[in-house]
Amino acid sequence: MARFTLNGTAVSVELPGEVSLLHALRGPLGLSGPRYGCGAEQCGSCMVLVDGAPRYACTLAVGAVEGKAVRTVEGLGTPDAPHPLQAAFLAEQAGQCGFCLPGILVSAAALLERDPDPDEAAIRAALEPHLCRCGSHNRILRAVRRAARAMREGRAAA
Amino acid sequence: MSGGADFRGLVKPEDGRPRLPGSLHTNRRLSQWITFHADGRVTIRPGKVELGQGILTALAQIAADELDVSLGRIRVQPAATPDSPNEGVTSGSLSVQDCGTALRHACANARAIHLSVAAQKTGVPLEALRVEDGAFLGPAGPVGSYWAQADDALLECEASPEARPKPPAARRVAGTSAPRLDLPDKVFGAARFVHDLRLPGMLHARVVRPPARGARLAELREGPPLPGGARVVRDGSFLAVLAEAEHDAEAAAARIAGRARWEEADTLPDEGALADWLREAPHEHSVVVERVANGAAQAAHTVRGAFFRPPVAHASVGTSCAVARWSGETVEVWTHSQGVYNLRTDLAKVLRVAPERIIVRHAEGAGCYGHNGADDVALDAALVARAVPGRPVRVLWSRAEELGWSPFSPAMLVEVEASADAAGNLASWRCGIIGNGHSSRPGRLQEPTLLSGAYVEGGVPVPPSINPPLAGGGGAERNAVPLYRVPDLRVAARRLTEMPLRTSALRGLGAPVNVWAIESTMDELAARAGADPVEYRLRHLDDPRAAEVVRAAAEMAGWAGRARREGAGMGVGFARYKNAAAWCAVVAEVAAEATVRATRLWIAADVGEAINPDGVANQVEGGALHGVSMALKEAVRFDRRRVTSDSWETYPILRFSEVPAVEVRLLQRPDEPPLGAGECALAPTVAALAGAIRDALGVRVRAMPFTAENIAAAMDAG
Repeated sequence: MARFTLNGTAVSVELPGEVSLLHALRGPLGLSGPRYGCGAEQCGSCMVLVDGAPRYACTLAVGAVEGKAVRTVEGLGTPDAPHPLQAAFLAEQAGQCGFCLPGILVSAAALLERDPDPDEAAIRAALEPHLCRCGSHNRILRAVRRAARAMREGRAAA
Repeated sequence: MSGGADFRGLVKPEDGRPRLPGSLHTNRRLSQWITFHADGRVTIRPGKVELGQGILTALAQIAADELDVSLGRIRVQPAATPDSPNEGVTSGSLSVQDCGTALRHACANARAIHLSVAAQKTGVPLEALRVEDGAFLGPAGPVGSYWAQADDALLECEASPEARPKPPAARRVAGTSAPRLDLPDKVFGAARFVHDLRLPGMLHARVVRPPARGARLAELREGPPLPGGARVVRDGSFLAVLAEAEHDAEAAAARIAGRARWEEADTLPDEGALADWLREAPHEHSVVVERVANGAAQAAHTVRGAFFRPPVAHASVGTSCAVARWSGETVEVWTHSQGVYNLRTDLAKVLRVAPERIIVRHAEGAGCYGHNGADDVALDAALVARAVPGRPVRVLWSRAEELGWSPFSPAMLVEVEASADAAGNLASWRCGIIGNGHSSRPGRLQEPTLLSGAYVEGGVPVPPSINPPLAGGGGAERNAVPLYRVPDLRVAARRLTEMPLRTSALRGLGAPVNVWAIESTMDELAARAGADPVEYRLRHLDDPRAAEVVRAAAEMAGWAGRARREGAGMGVGFARYKNAAAWCAVVAEVAAEATVRATRLWIAADVGEAINPDGVANQVEGGALHGVSMALKEAVRFDRRRVTSDSWETYPILRFSEVPAVEVRLLQRPDEPPLGAGECALAPTVAALAGAIRDALGVRVRAMPFTAENIAAAMDAG
């Protein structure tokens, strides 16, 4: 049994504490955004925010987030109220297959929280843990810059 | 995207029926493609599938245009047997050609049928009617709509060859960069992939792969109960575990792997001497093209080179996944396969069930660049689900399975000898290609080609891969015939008849190695002739569309005014994909430090009509970055028994820190047939990088990937 906050709501999961957070999120908690890509912290598909910091959900025990705040792409925004990053990714058409995007979006959100005006190198560094095989990298970089600009100016990115 | 072996055998002009465009010729019933609904929506049913390339959006745009309805009214139904048009496989950059042209014609036909019915009903002359977002308007106002006439019976007929799609200038939706229909789900994390399917009562399974290729399961020891009540499913040497919860299936798989004893043997060649193995392996020989010149010019310069690439992997970021459910004698499969009908054919063979008893439904997977593990995992799911009738079973491959057991693009060795006359003009060209075939897609050979089909009781090994016919672009020989004018030409290929590592189609098939070999040879000949590489290519190109992309890329890159910089270099690469599809030229800039890094790419492409220009640009850039990754980093590694590059550490691909800046220019050709975009940029990018390395370091690298080690070896070889 683990209790934590998921995208702003208190949740509890009836799973042994050593089961991965990713299994908890995709299993009993019913989310789809965090994804299995490698199970070894090498691709970033499973990335979520734990107390605001990017963490690999594939190797993190669900017991370790007891009492903490977990945020996934589902918690960033909705089609009606998108996060500036989500609006910017749509505006730049930053994606192809889209499998990697939920992880990339949460890492980018964490970056913009701590650095509202990151330079190119800082954005690349924040996304370095993430693999994109379709080659959407440059669009993704543009979308993050666009969102940063919009957030600094206090408006939606689209 | 998509990487594909193409068999145009679907279209048989010799079948005596009036010619219809694309796949409409063999799927002639209009109701199979289009349904209008009374609530103001239209469903279109392409037989092609979304692979991450954005095809659904492009197809919806084509339909919206021809029907005169807004894009928002179009619903695209994922392909499924037995109702979807059978369009073979979504591969070879052919979706717009095969399916787009079919849909365009079918929609034009459906629109004409509906308007003529409206004209009859209302007495308004047909030529006075027009369609505005699905409403039929006469001179005096609305007289009906598709929605009011949403009667399936109207489209229960064969398409007519007489239907006339709109002229290009009248298109309003096709040709615009409509936002992708699937992207919102993807940025909000909605359940969209086959991985996200959650059917009532669904169980989770994992396959326990052998420790070596071709190993046989000799013994499975008993042990304490498995976590979460997991159970073992075994069929011969196919071994899997099944549990209610996914984490229990994962834990049980690790447990069972420790209880299995396998009989294994050395089956793989020596990785360190792979080029020698290619030269010596048993093979079939074929001549791709032979054109002997009369009175060939005297050769003033001759250049020779052998170009080697190890096998490379698909390396999708998501792993292969499928769900299957048996009910009575029927099995239903959800899959990210590129061809639902082809998969069904091979499933039927392995499962020994009539194809009619198998329903195969497409659901999206992670990016697909060719024949990956999608079909294999569908069989895995069906094999496991057979043990629990009525319960859906989801199988997800591990990263190690994905990188270690999916089909690979084969190792290739391409040898070129070319000569030029005293004026520098190409005089002769000899090329030999060696490697395994580039297609083992399901549904095409006598024996099934699905991975686990070789491991079940009574299973047979996957037969050696074949090469698709040259008429469809070929496999190993794809793009091996230079487009440059040469009077004396001979290209031959050896297809290996043993296949230690399973191979199949991956983006571009043989093109990346062939184009690299051709373009490197052209650079060498240009240097001998004292000519500029761009000018030298243009001098040998008769095709104006080819010349135009080469000039455009050179202009974008500032090629003519480029300055030499220490440790930096620029190179150019050109190809017309399959020698029959999109034209693409790439100028690459590299920085050569401890390793070579691609810093910039300038790409010019001519894909004919671009249904969605932004989507095309996205695909072209994606293909180019795939080329950068393949050229600079990728190699499947193995010992004598197993693939050892089965993690992202051992099979690295391009990361954010290594991505070059990319500029893409599309040449505008709205009046020309659409040609597909996903594969055209990869091979020219590989070639341009090789040229840039030569420019920066003065060394012609003859082995991929272009790592520090392979560059050093090339320097040592002089």
